[in-house]
Amino acid sequence: MLLSMEHLRKEYPNGKIAVDDFNLEVDRGEFIAFIGTSGSGKTTTMRMINRMLKQTSGTIKINDKDISKMDPVKLRRSIGYVIQNIGLMPHMTIQENIEMVPKLLGWSKEKRAEQAHKMIELAQLPDDMLKRYPGELSGGQQQRIGVVRALAADQEIILMDEPFGALDPITRESLQDLVKHLQEDLGKTFIFVTHDMDEALHLATKVVIMSQGKQVQVDTPENILRHPANDFVTNLIGEERLIRAQPNILSVSQIMLKNPVSITPDKTVDDAIDLMHERRVDTLLVTGDQGVLEGYVDLEDINRITDPHTAIGDFTNRKVFFVKADSLIGDTVDRILKQGVKNVPVVDQDKHLVGIVTRTALVDIVYDALRGAPEANEEPASPINADIHAAATHDEGGATPQ
Amino acid sequence: MMHFLATYGTQLIAKTGQHLYISAVALALGVIVAVPLGILLTRMKHGANFVITLAGVLQTIPAMALLAMMIPIFGIGSTPAIVALFIYSLLPILRNTYLGMQGVSPTVRDAAKGMGMTWWQMMIQAEIPLAAPVIMAGIRLSATYVIAWATLASYIGAGGLGDFIFNGLNLYRSDLILGGSIPVILLALIVDYLLGKLETAVTPRQLR
Repeated sequence: MLLSMEHLRKEYPNGKIAVDDFNLEVDRGEFIAFIGTSGSGKTTTMRMINRMLKQTSGTIKINDKDISKMDPVKLRRSIGYVIQNIGLMPHMTIQENIEMVPKLLGWSKEKRAEQAHKMIELAQLPDDMLKRYPGELSGGQQQRIGVVRALAADQEIILMDEPFGALDPITRESLQDLVKHLQEDLGKTFIFVTHDMDEALHLATKVVIMSQGKQVQVDTPENILRHPANDFVTNLIGEERLIRAQPNILSVSQIMLKNPVSITPDKTVDDAIDLMHERRVDTLLVTGDQGVLEGYVDLEDINRITDPHTAIGDFTNRKVFFVKADSLIGDTVDRILKQGVKNVPVVDQDKHLVGIVTRTALVDIVYDALRGAPEANEEPASPINADIHAAATHDEGGATPQ
Repeated sequence: MMHFLATYGTQLIAKTGQHLYISAVALALGVIVAVPLGILLTRMKHGANFVITLAGVLQTIPAMALLAMMIPIFGIGSTPAIVALFIYSLLPILRNTYLGMQGVSPTVRDAAKGMGMTWWQMMIQAEIPLAAPVIMAGIRLSATYVIAWATLASYIGAGGLGDFIFNGLNLYRSDLILGGSIPVILLALIVDYLLGKLETAVTPRQLR
């Protein structure tokens, strides 16, 4: 474990509790995003990692060493630090700025210069910019320098406090890409404070949602989108974003109809026609032992059979396209649409029939993802299912008279 | 004028030397005391206002009175004059140092500390260079004051260009008055110009 934080608590002399019982384990190469409203304690927590603030109680360990027993100056030199207002030294050239920590660590002049050239390349900025002053650069360029400066002494952990908050959306995106690239390619560990949910979901491998000094939810972005812990998280994520994310987080089982019309192979054509009439469908799924999916029969097949006592199993279509219940919609929607079938049976791991997905339900999901929430939806999760059910029933009803 | 220079030339040079000496020592002492004190005040939560007010109060004591007050303590001569002028030089330097250090952006300070600078390194590499233009402006202002007021030092036997002026006043000789005043003005202008140059030199390129 690279970084571990146990029972952290920060209480100010005026009695305000900024952070309460904060626990987190961070592995090498992770990208942790702290997100929350202002005053949630996210920046306070981050600043305790490099001892810019001292916790009231609790321990922080880096590589199993308690940081409160380390020299704070040495500790800070080993941790990259990027702040919102960039914090480049205005009276130093870009090169001097990049070389700051290496110089504090006593690197030779040649080694420092070499590192400065390497870093400016990493920042995707021209080499001659090293001779310029921060004031001559745009905000985005300055923050690129701010980011690589935090890596110049080969720091393992990099702390970032809302580093892109003051930048325009396009510049912000290109810097997010830069940071993501640094994390993925160089294996650096980032602790990132933000109030931008898109940024957190896009960059982080683990999101820590905080409110009033407490951790509300700590999980991967996918899991947070799939199972927001409570209303606070739902609100923070925003309904719009939850709906857009559905193809990537909803599983097939969440949108399927749970009572597919099925028949066993030993039944006869007579039984099949009765069942179709009763349930008003044109296709029956054939299931064998304990509901294992075997195939389907449709109205055309039944129409061709002249003997009403023929067993269903004798003319079942065994080439049936199906999807697994736990697969994500995003992964299966293309396959379903390409097959051109109207209804797709859903099976569990052991091929037991558990439901059916109608084409109409998929259309709704794709529509919502592209257009945002339909106005009828007041809550993101349940009414959508209701919509799908309604649409699906309508679809089947319409299909019956064929 | 040529006549004046021929008669008083050597004396003028000697008195100018004295004048410069008194002013320079007073100013140097002022810088040595007020700059560190000003920096120290920015590190203290309380007391800054008190100290700056105190320096302000000292500043309001009439120059003549302050010089006279020095006599019982230091006697007559250049020592009491230097002490009095030193007291006068404190306020502008102190206040500008304090304001200059306060004016360093908290972001820069946060970044410097967060990247692992020690207290001294923050001071020497970040805060003082950034506050330097404001501190220098205070020193410049003090220098002009001190040179002007050093004229009065002649009154307590410290010498300097004031000797010409006071003699001129006593003897009702305008040539002596002007012969003392003009060099004082020139001195103040030249010193101010030179310190101005220095101010530009210590100002970080990007902040000019």
